[in-house]
Amino acid sequence: MANFKDNEVRTCDTTGLPVCLNAQFFIKLNAVCAVVFLLIGALAAIGLALTRWPAVHLLPADWFYRVLTLHGLNMLIFWILFFEIAILYFCGTTLLNSRLASKKVAWVSWLLMIIGAVSVDVAIFQGNSDVLMTSYVPLKGSPLFYGGIILVAVGTLVGVFNYFGCIYIAKRDKTYEGSVPLVVFGATAAAIIAVGTLLHGAVVMLPTFAWSMGWIETVDPGWYRLIWWALGHSSQQVNVCAMVAVWYLIAYLAVGGKPLNETVCRTAFVFYILFINIASAHHLLVDPGVGTEWKIWNTGYAMYLAVLASMIHGFTVPAAIESAQRGRGYTAGLFTWLAKCPWKNPAFAASFMSMGIFGFIGGITGVTLGTQQINIIAHNTLRIPGHFHATVVGGTTLAFMGLAYYVVPLIFQREYPLKPLARIQPYIFAVGIVFMSLTMSFAGSYGVPRRHWDVEFTGSALGHSFDPGATLMLAGVGVGGTLAFLGLLLFILLTVWAVFLGKSNAGSPMEHWTPPLPPVADEDMEHKTPGAFALVILLLVCFAVYYFANWKALADVWWVR
Amino acid sequence: MSITPPKDGWFEAPTGFERTWVGLALVWCLLMFLAMPYWHFKGKQNSTGEAYTVTPEAFLERTNRFVETNKTGEKIGGFDVVEPAPGTDIYLAARMWSFHPAVLKLKKDSSYRLHMSSIDLNHGFSLQPMNMNFQIVPGYDHVLTLTPTVAGEYTVLCNEFCGIGHHMMTSRIIVE
Ligand code: HEM
Ligand SMILES: [Cu+2]
Ligand SMILES: [Cu+2]
Repeated sequence: MANFKDNEVRTCDTTGLPVCLNAQFFIKLNAVCAVVFLLIGALAAIGLALTRWPAVHLLPADWFYRVLTLHGLNMLIFWILFFEIAILYFCGTTLLNSRLASKKVAWVSWLLMIIGAVSVDVAIFQGNSDVLMTSYVPLKGSPLFYGGIILVAVGTLVGVFNYFGCIYIAKRDKTYEGSVPLVVFGATAAAIIAVGTLLHGAVVMLPTFAWSMGWIETVDPGWYRLIWWALGHSSQQVNVCAMVAVWYLIAYLAVGGKPLNETVCRTAFVFYILFINIASAHHLLVDPGVGTEWKIWNTGYAMYLAVLASMIHGFTVPAAIESAQRGRGYTAGLFTWLAKCPWKNPAFAASFMSMGIFGFIGGITGVTLGTQQINIIAHNTLRIPGHFHATVVGGTTLAFMGLAYYVVPLIFQREYPLKPLARIQPYIFAVGIVFMSLTMSFAGSYGVPRRHWDVEFTGSALGHSFDPGATLMLAGVGVGGTLAFLGLLLFILLTVWAVFLGKSNAGSPMEHWTPPLPPVADEDMEHKTPGAFALVILLLVCFAVYYFANWKALADVWWVR
Repeated sequence: MSITPPKDGWFEAPTGFERTWVGLALVWCLLMFLAMPYWHFKGKQNSTGEAYTVTPEAFLERTNRFVETNKTGEKIGGFDVVEPAPGTDIYLAARMWSFHPAVLKLKKDSSYRLHMSSIDLNHGFSLQPMNMNFQIVPGYDHVLTLTPTVAGEYTVLCNEFCGIGHHMMTSRIIVE
């Protein structure tokens, strides 16, 4: 039985699901803020991409590092966290047929987050916090910078507890029967990991804040790196969980895909919760003070069960799509179902490409670079941003963009303008990001460092010149980055236009992105998913080739113990 | 269905392609896991994280002593060339924005215990074009037992952000 109060609920005209109006308000509020931070991050991004392109070398050194700090925080932390809070409020209410636990708490959460985020950006522009996102001590930022981060972390934590509150009242009021839906399960996994992550954030940032205020003398740099990465890496697993939940959601909304086996999907989410917190280790693989056994156990044993989880989702989501499509009668050959997918639905296109980019580029490179010894030939080179622009940008950000193509018509009840442009937007962004990720990775293989203003080493007494191939790859970073920037800008413009000026669709169903697909006539296609299986086998082959090629490359360098 | 509660009896083992894939993926993950201890024993490139606590002052003093006893008198780019005896302990101090000593001469196929630490911030040891990378953390004397296997002229870059002059931080290792 639903538990809404009068006048606090509407029925979605498209899906028939109940929408709690309080939750709707905070979903909108958080999503709009997310997009504003995405814009700030994007403006920073174009500056970075054009600076790393040696022929252009746009920004001076101080602004390069300032903008790099701005980009990392606004993108990885603010854009993603605000959007995730919006997702949590949606999952905790509409999908559970329940209401928002507390409006007050939602206000507190939002206020803390927004004050924190604005403080951080102000501190960065004041010019006394050029410490990059990681702010490794004893590099020192201003108290406003650390204080801002603490507020964002606490605000997010408050929002996450509001989500747990939603689950609690839904359970108490019996608004749903049996277990929670899979998408909610995934969102809950994300929320649980977020709690651990944000607590680590508090543990590392509080002493650092005290140190920046001059209250304590020192913070141990090695300890800082360990705890910071328990925040920095685990938070990426929050993103992965949220992204996978979005894949399932869009697979359902766009083609009616249902998971073949709920047990498998849910177990995979549980693996994320259990095995990710120690992944902090794979940022410390070439650090002093942490030993081999510790490194192998933490990155290896536990990490790989989390990797297994991703490999499972990488099959189950396409398989869900395939079985629905085959049920529609697209049964010919291995891939007819795929060709007949609604590629003109930007939500579907974004989500499917997100899977591909996350799996084939982000996943494969991530596991390989995070292998204890292979990290020697990758640490702090451009291979690292090459990897994570395929996970958190080509993966998470692209999936969230895809979701926006449903959130705006369904929750904001506004139609996107210029639909043909919206349809190609995900492709432009995806192509740009893939190009940038790959060229970054290759440049990194030539040894080009990340976070580095000048690969020509102007002013150094003993210069160095990279292989000409590296310069070519860096030009690729500039070109791919520019394309991705244009794709991102298009997304922001269309979305802002839709939200503030778009045609209202209240009272009628949304204008669907594609003509209705034929009904799923044959429900019995559950295990006939050879196409998805072929795709994952291809993934495994690419994975193995890349992985062993890296061991080979490692075997050729100097001996070291 | 992904957005509604699952049907009763949803708890079941996977079948068909799904089961095969879960099995294959698990085997692959275990294989990757075993590769690391294997390489630890059989491989020649490992980061063991060997480290000792050290203060910046003490480390700088050790480095200065090392440079004084091993400099050859020769200069490259205005810097003293330091040529330690094979098999000995060698020191590299990182600070904003240089490495000390700036030029090291090593013998091919001899092994050295390279001590690295920082006088101020985090720095990076990035040997190019070999592309080997290690972290330098203040307060930690990070020891690599290093054997140059290929002769040539190498650059050590700093690849951890250390302030506005980060890009100027380079040094030379010559292997003969
Ligand atoms: C238009 C899209 C984007 C472009 C062109 C872009 C480009 C870049 C470039 C050139 C760098 C600097 C690499 C280096 O020198 O080390 C960078 C760093 C980074 N980017 Fe992006 N990026 C984009 C979107 C994003 C998004 C959406 C996120 C997160 C959700 C993100 C997260 C990061 C992070 C965490 C860093 C590292 C910051 C650091 O080293 O402190 N980027 N990006
Ligand atoms: Cu440095
Ligand atoms: Cu540096």
